Amino acid sequence: MTLGQIALRALIAGFIMSLVVITGFAYTTLLERRLLARLQARIGPNRAGYIPLPRKGKRERRLLGGIMQPAADAVKLFFKEDATPAMVDRVVYNLAPMLTVIPAILILAVIPWAGPILGYEEYFAIAPGIDVGILFILAITSIGVYGVVLAGWGSNSKYAILGGIRASAQMISYELSLALVILAPVMLAGSMNLNDIVVAQEGGWYVLFLPVAAIVFIIGVFAELQRAPFDLLEAEQELSSGYNVEYGGMRFGMFFMAEYMKMISFSAIAAVLFFGGYRGPFVDQFPALGLLYMFIKIVIGLIIMIWVRASLPRLRYDQLMGFGWKVLLPIAVLNFLITAVIIVLASEGIIAFPI
Amino acid sequence: MTSQQVIFIILAVITLASGLVVVTNRNLFHAALAMMLSFFGVAGFYVLLEAPFLAASQLLVYIGAISILIIFAIMMTRRLMSTDESPFNSQWIAALFGTLLIGGLIIFVIVSVFSPFGDIIIANSAPPSLAVQESTVLLGRSFVDPDQYVIPFEIASVLLLGALVGSIAIARPEKES
Repeated sequence: MTLGQIALRALIAGFIMSLVVITGFAYTTLLERRLLARLQARIGPNRAGYIPLPRKGKRERRLLGGIMQPAADAVKLFFKEDATPAMVDRVVYNLAPMLTVIPAILILAVIPWAGPILGYEEYFAIAPGIDVGILFILAITSIGVYGVVLAGWGSNSKYAILGGIRASAQMISYELSLALVILAPVMLAGSMNLNDIVVAQEGGWYVLFLPVAAIVFIIGVFAELQRAPFDLLEAEQELSSGYNVEYGGMRFGMFFMAEYMKMISFSAIAAVLFFGGYRGPFVDQFPALGLLYMFIKIVIGLIIMIWVRASLPRLRYDQLMGFGWKVLLPIAVLNFLITAVIIVLASEGIIAFPI
Repeated sequence: MTSQQVIFIILAVITLASGLVVVTNRNLFHAALAMMLSFFGVAGFYVLLEAPFLAASQLLVYIGAISILIIFAIMMTRRLMSTDESPFNSQWIAALFGTLLIGGLIIFVIVSVFSPFGDIIIANSAPPSLAVQESTVLLGRSFVDPDQYVIPFEIASVLLLGALVGSIAIARPEKES
């Protein structure tokens, strides 16, 4: 294929995958609200839209209550007044929501969604040519901090800037452990290409070989996503809602969207790095099954995130920093060192290790 | 013009224009953001030169870490919204001198390598090989190869470690005894 064809294919695939993930974002909010409500012994939004099943002599049965709730929310957000506070730094204030959403979408570029389908030679991803996929993900996530910081600064508000400072400190701290711990699967697979990592897990998911790395990765992801129990940069009780307190309407909606899209993409990355990615039974015969396996793994990841939010209380700020620097970082470094030593010993044939 | 040249020109305009904003804008926060954009343009050059590892490292280190630390420092030390500063301070003459020296060096290198008169200026040095190889693999191997860059690489690591320990020592509260 020529360069132009590759670019066109990437554009089309990127457009479709972004649409799929944006729809996924809408239904993730619904999943979160329904599941959180169930975990807290409530019912949750079950009114907007349902599939009626008539029953004889009784009231009709209502299937999938709340299926239209995301659409209702979106319409509400779009029609809200989009007020800009008077004393804000306009450039920064308007830039912040965009700089939050763009990285959230960009991460999708390197994730392998399935094996060779739809005319893709090796695997189906928006940009299958990027061989440094892991670095790309880390780089793009680190850009994501800007949205939060800019929103905090540009809003010209005490609560917003406190939220912004907390966010940047938290994300910088936890990015370190996250990056170090991602190196373990990279070393095992011997490649930074996400598809190579998926293929290398044919013998067994990396969560079996690297359980510590998987746990640290999941904790780091929670911090990076600013979700409970690390959501103290939007602690409602102290900061009203943190960095996005001055935003309304669809601009607030963009922060909201970025958070949930990042949940989806980080579930996908966790699946790729530690849980076998798109691989599963019969995927060699029917490569399209990979899409289904990815979907199932992503949904399980989302459910775990929501479950944790319902279960754990929020950390205090000093606990958060202490945990990141004094617990998680040493574990990540040790994990990195031990994995490296074991890989070298195994490749020299000194110890037997099934890689 | 090929598409690569068009992309190069766009990237060059972005990099240079945002660099100009960095030094002329009086709002420190905006200047820091413009610097981030400038770094972004440089990352684009690396992609254009088929060095994806360098491009991702540029994003990760310069945009993800250094710029964010500068912005963090501005947020911590300046008052909200009143960040107008004079673009000059007492060291501007020294800075001008240093910039001119570096500019002269860059021009000298470019002229000596690429101009037809280059052989006259540097008689015996071969121009760098422009062939793009497996650059990431080569880079990784050359860092740990005893014949190449292992000593500079380790010295740089020790330097960074020293800076880390030093900053902790400075930030440590003095014990009252």
